[in-house]
Amino acid sequence: MFTYYCNLALRSFRRNKALTALMVLAIALGIGASMTTLTVFHILAGDPIPQKSDRLFYPRMEPRSKQGYIPGQEPEEQMTRFDAEALLREKRGDRQAMMSGGALSVESADGKIDPFVVNARYTSADFFPMFDAPFAFGSGWTGADDENRAQVAVISKELNEKLFGGGNSVGKTLRAGDNSLRIVGVLDKWRPTPKFYDLTNDRFSAVEQVFVPFSTARTLKFGVQGNMDCWGDQTDADGSVGLNAPCAWVQYWVELDDPSKASAYKQYLENYSNQQRAAGRFERPTNVRLDNVMQWLEFKQAVPSDVRLQLWLAFGFLLVCLLNTVGLLLAKFMRREPEIGVRRALGASRRAVFAQYLVEAGAIGIVGGVAGLGLALLGLWAVRQQPDDYAELAHLDLPMLLATFALALASSVLAGLLPAWRAMQVAPAIQLKSQ
Amino acid sequence: MDIRPILSTLRRHKTASALIVLEIALSCAIICNAVFLISQRLERMHRPTGMADSELVRIRVAGIGKSDDATAQAKEDVASLRAIPGVKAAASLNQIPFDHTSWNSSVSLQPNQDVPNLDASTYLGEDLVNALGLRIVEGRDFTPDEYVDWEAFNKPDSKLTIPAVILTREVARKLFPDQSAVGKLVYSWNSNDVPHRVVGVVDRLIRPNDNGGPAEAGYSVLLPLRDLTQGTFVLRTDPARRAEVQKAAVAALEKNSNRRIILDQDPFTDVVAKYYQQDRNMAWLLMAVIVALLVVTALGIVGLASFWVQQRTKQIGVRRALGATRGQILRYFQTENFLLATLGIVIGMIGAYGINQLLMGTYELPRLPALYLPIGALVLWLLGQLSVLGPARRAAAVPPAVATRSV
Repeated sequence: MFTYYCNLALRSFRRNKALTALMVLAIALGIGASMTTLTVFHILAGDPIPQKSDRLFYPRMEPRSKQGYIPGQEPEEQMTRFDAEALLREKRGDRQAMMSGGALSVESADGKIDPFVVNARYTSADFFPMFDAPFAFGSGWTGADDENRAQVAVISKELNEKLFGGGNSVGKTLRAGDNSLRIVGVLDKWRPTPKFYDLTNDRFSAVEQVFVPFSTARTLKFGVQGNMDCWGDQTDADGSVGLNAPCAWVQYWVELDDPSKASAYKQYLENYSNQQRAAGRFERPTNVRLDNVMQWLEFKQAVPSDVRLQLWLAFGFLLVCLLNTVGLLLAKFMRREPEIGVRRALGASRRAVFAQYLVEAGAIGIVGGVAGLGLALLGLWAVRQQPDDYAELAHLDLPMLLATFALALASSVLAGLLPAWRAMQVAPAIQLKSQ
Repeated sequence: MDIRPILSTLRRHKTASALIVLEIALSCAIICNAVFLISQRLERMHRPTGMADSELVRIRVAGIGKSDDATAQAKEDVASLRAIPGVKAAASLNQIPFDHTSWNSSVSLQPNQDVPNLDASTYLGEDLVNALGLRIVEGRDFTPDEYVDWEAFNKPDSKLTIPAVILTREVARKLFPDQSAVGKLVYSWNSNDVPHRVVGVVDRLIRPNDNGGPAEAGYSVLLPLRDLTQGTFVLRTDPARRAEVQKAAVAALEKNSNRRIILDQDPFTDVVAKYYQQDRNMAWLLMAVIVALLVVTALGIVGLASFWVQQRTKQIGVRRALGATRGQILRYFQTENFLLATLGIVIGMIGAYGINQLLMGTYELPRLPALYLPIGALVLWLLGQLSVLGPARRAAAVPPAVATRSV
């Protein structure tokens, strides 16, 4: 029966080529637009570290001075160096790391490549195991390296290719500024999206090319990069990046084996905050937060608002296209009332007529879906030509490919429901009489 | 023309009529908001910076390792930039709009004020009024003796204070609503609550990024610091000589030190264009959606109207046989479309306000100005009339003889 219905649908398409093409085009445009924006949204709003995003937490507390205090305000978004180092020393999480962005000028040992500036991350040893950073060669540095301010570095796969031709460069020397760093590890391809561990710098850019112990970076006075919020007067000899500077610029992450440990950790943060206030360092009331990865991304509204807007726009457009299809299908099916009357009179059940017209609607959906897929690929190609950081990630993956067809089929069947139902209602007697 | 027969026909085609009305309504609601969003983006892209955009070149350099004497280096750099033929002014400064950095500071009218009056972006550098092409509307530029050495000011035990400040007109108006700001004291960058005296007001200087939102885009202040060591330089020249000056400037900076990397070098207009790239893209995208919506809606109207004409061929023939003119048949379908479009537009307007309310909540958009509604209505009316014209003319061409034949 199904093949027969398909055959009938095909005949019907042939009879009204322009109308059929119009419906296919409308569905294709709607699907193409929706899938392009949905794919971009899916990439940007995804979980950057699904295997443990519920066990990684971003603690916040309130170190700012009394001046400008507004009750009910969210606490400071980053930590002061003093607090981050204190928490790191006390090691109350299963793993923890403090970090900041930076920029370094690097050059190859043989001087063949002109010096160039790369993004760097100054962090502590747990960063790599905590975030499941994959290594091609070697490994991260150890806690002892952090304490000894060892001049070591982990470099990205990309930088390794540029400087060392992609070979195993562990043990080799990286010239960074006036200093020599010993390479202990080379990362493999790694692209958490968004770059959740630091949302103050570019959120969707590639990971940094050089990783250096935070302590070493401060000893060597490497330049930092990112947001910095300062209050009160500067007294530290190292300026705003000094240990005692009243400036928040450090990101801190902690891993807890079990999400249930979160409340205990939060209690610890409150205790720490209370102690600091008792000691006169903190002036505002204790105000701590402990968000896991997805909560933190949600709070920071990591997905650009334009991308959300585009998604809504595309779905609005799809809706108009569907209304259009419903109207056209209705017109088309109603035009065939006499034919339906004859079929019904010859013994076809209402259900059979309904099925036949739904198959026809579905067929339009599938053709529209294929064309829409083509348009979506074109749309994603256009997105990739944009200068945005995430542009290069805009590719259709298998789930999105399947979603495209599901969406196309579902929308066209949905669009076909009403017209098919109306077709099924045709009273054979009247049609036969009027012929 | 009597619309009662039209209404009674439409009543018999409730579903199809409702669909076309809904489609028009949805298109109308989306198009009104899309046009509004485009206008918002255009407005943003055309905000004046307050600077002589087309005369500026911006260069950023990074030193490799630490310089022994950064201040001396900065002095040498600025001196060699000023010596380039065609350069009207040059400066080393902390930031330039739409680039990578944004420096901000609170500004208060009282020492030790609990909540500052406002938060403004701080531009630091020597001769910036000239180098950026700002327009002083009140007071004066900084005098040479007001400038403070950047590195010396930042030493931990430094006792230096910055005596003066220049405000933008927007800051001056916010701090001193009904009086002249010149000569007043404000508290911002000095430690130990030493004030700056306002010496001048510039017409406008935009903030480097979207900090503070659109309402605070003009909140900037200039402070008299010299020999900034941030590696950001600006040169002012004749628009036609920018390329030549840029090349010479890069060469001069590279000559001054072999331990540096040129990070960026662009005419400032390119920096502006890049900053607004996303807004431009969004405006084009919205434009494309509007066109696509219009096309799809038009085709929908054509499709449905053709169906109706075909279905009513016999009825039309009877009317023609009874003496109706071609014009009357034509007008029948045009009026029918006008009625449907009007209903769609009315629902669409309510929808447009609904969507606008949602957007206002999520995207800090202002309320949709009422002006957009008649424009949207006019566009959809026109669209409806144009789309129905083809099918209606086909209807008008139905010969009266059809009435005598059975279909």
